[in-house]
Amino acid sequence: MRRLRNLIAAGVLSVAGLTAGAQAAGDVAVPPAQEWAHGGVNSFLSFFKGYDYAAVQRGFQVYKEVCAACHSMHLLHYRNLHDVGFNEEEVKAIAASVEVTDGPNDQGEMFTRPGLPADKFKSPFANKQAAAAANGGKAPPDLSLIVKARSHFEDYVYAILTGYEEAPADAHIPPGGNYNKYFPGHAIAMPMPLFENGVTFTDGTKATVPQMAHDVVTFLAWAAEPKLEERRRVGIMAITFLVVFAGIMYAAKRRVWADAH
Amino acid sequence: MAHAPQSNFNNPVVNWIDQRLPIITMMNKEYGSFPTPRNFNSLWNFGAIAMVVLATMILSGVVLAMHYTNNTALAFDSVERIMRDVNWGWMIRYIHANGASMFFIAVYIHIFRGVYYGSYKAPRELIWIFGVIILLLMMGTAFMGYVLPWGQMSFWGATVITNLFSAIPVVGEHIVTLLWGGFSVDNPTLNRFFALHFLLPFVLIAVVFLHVAALHITGSNNPLGVEPKGPQDTLPFHPYYTTKDLFGAVLFLIIFAAFVFFAPNYLGHPDNYIPADPLVTPAHIVPEWYFLPFYAILRSITFSITLPFTDVVLIPAKLGGVIGMFGSIAILFVLPWLDTSPVRSSRFRPIFKWWVLLWLVPAFLVLGYVGGKPAEQPYVLLGQIATVMYFVFFLALPIIGRIEKPLPLPASIAKPVLGGGSVATGATAQVMEKA
Repeated sequence: MRRLRNLIAAGVLSVAGLTAGAQAAGDVAVPPAQEWAHGGVNSFLSFFKGYDYAAVQRGFQVYKEVCAACHSMHLLHYRNLHDVGFNEEEVKAIAASVEVTDGPNDQGEMFTRPGLPADKFKSPFANKQAAAAANGGKAPPDLSLIVKARSHFEDYVYAILTGYEEAPADAHIPPGGNYNKYFPGHAIAMPMPLFENGVTFTDGTKATVPQMAHDVVTFLAWAAEPKLEERRRVGIMAITFLVVFAGIMYAAKRRVWADAH
Repeated sequence: MAHAPQSNFNNPVVNWIDQRLPIITMMNKEYGSFPTPRNFNSLWNFGAIAMVVLATMILSGVVLAMHYTNNTALAFDSVERIMRDVNWGWMIRYIHANGASMFFIAVYIHIFRGVYYGSYKAPRELIWIFGVIILLLMMGTAFMGYVLPWGQMSFWGATVITNLFSAIPVVGEHIVTLLWGGFSVDNPTLNRFFALHFLLPFVLIAVVFLHVAALHITGSNNPLGVEPKGPQDTLPFHPYYTTKDLFGAVLFLIIFAAFVFFAPNYLGHPDNYIPADPLVTPAHIVPEWYFLPFYAILRSITFSITLPFTDVVLIPAKLGGVIGMFGSIAILFVLPWLDTSPVRSSRFRPIFKWWVLLWLVPAFLVLGYVGGKPAEQPYVLLGQIATVMYFVFFLALPIIGRIEKPLPLPASIAKPVLGGGSVATGATAQVMEKA
């Protein structure tokens, strides 16, 4: 299954690379497979695996302190953070740390108030146009579904975050662009986002670039597929039921057919 | 009550109803004692399996429709709300999304079975024609359903496919405007696609009813392709085929569940998790896997057909592709008349058997492979070869019907089944009878 997935993904990626410019298809490096505690959102054989919630929490911190400067996550609500192990007080505090615009009130005026757990993650820009204007003409993508919206899933996002290199002499990188080994066409508008000790983890984990990348991708995987564990758990039950049911049906069928053969 | 039919059910309520509307008598006749050939193999399960999947699709679809918002500004987020905040929404949506693929898997196997065992032949031509109509309705429904989440592939798939109609001479542009409800794929398009996506499955049910009703007039074909000659050749549908179909359906549901719960996005495309953006074209627009063979035929007509020795274009490449794609399904309608052999089952057709297995099936699989590849060499050439192979399969059938020497048919179904189990026994028996 993994080979099949890789085959399909490689096909899609090579095609994406082809159309990205003059560079040939094989030019874009295939993201190396990383180890994920949850096996990956698209992994078939990870029946009993779940998210590493310490990593999700650290990843949320990386998102909040680094990515959120430019990237929205408009499908998430602060209340969703309960699901990754933040307690009620922590969620309230996280939500209250932003000012949200609400209203209109009884006087017909909009007003601001501290965020509540029921609020959506506050976007860094007022609208898409503002986001594009502040970022060289193209809005940074929303990250709510980014892990499911790219071939190679977690591995791709991790590869992008860690794939910044000195541009080779023959690479054509337009002004304002950056060279990334894994980005289709290699010229990526996003500057390298992660630096050693860019955040200070509260649990004492050393904030290396691979560590932060791995944590934030784990967080983004959870954000894209929050029902992953429930899905696998229900799946085990459903398939167990169906296998037993199939056995009973087979026995019934044989019994019925015994006099027909 | 003078003309009320007599019913003899023990339960007085059942009896009362049946005398006024003999639906229970009818069900008993059609699904209880209905004489069914005794020798079905597992390929005969897929009609019932397709029914189960259709029911699953309608049930899950109705629930999704209760939560979905058909507006371009809200559709994508409303689907994600189903995935995140609606109770069991993730499961219902994954069942529906993967159910479309399961429906096509079941129906493609069902069609293969019909071809391999000659089920389309007299007197079952009309059953086959209803089946092709069902396939067309399924394709339309699936295509419009894929547009509803309003992701990138939804939008661009809709743009590419609806644009095909512009290739039709004279009225093409008007048809496209009508499909779009405007001058590009936009909110009116989404609204009409949602309405039609809800409506068409019920039309589909009506055609399925006709498909099954016609089947119950002629009775089923079987792996030997010879008609039942008497009660020794058949079994009552219940309990024999109810248990067998249910067992087959549960096995299929295991595969279905494996996709839903462990690989729900394998058959989808990552780009459809990006909201639709009319200003950004995806690098590679691909339809869902079940359309790939037909998409490959569409793209393999890369040349215009001109009047010989002139530059007058008779059929532009785009129109040629559209004709090829629709022709690949339209040709199925005349299959019962293209195949002139009186023998149904491939078991007794030494040429046709390999013509299906080593010519049609590889052509279809290669088309599916090429359909997922970019329009460049060597895929274009490969697709063109497979397209020719696909059509040649059908066009050569009258010749095969003439030159093929079928093997001797068994005298009846019961003989090879009960008498030693081998086809040869039956064939020998027939020869001996004649002698």
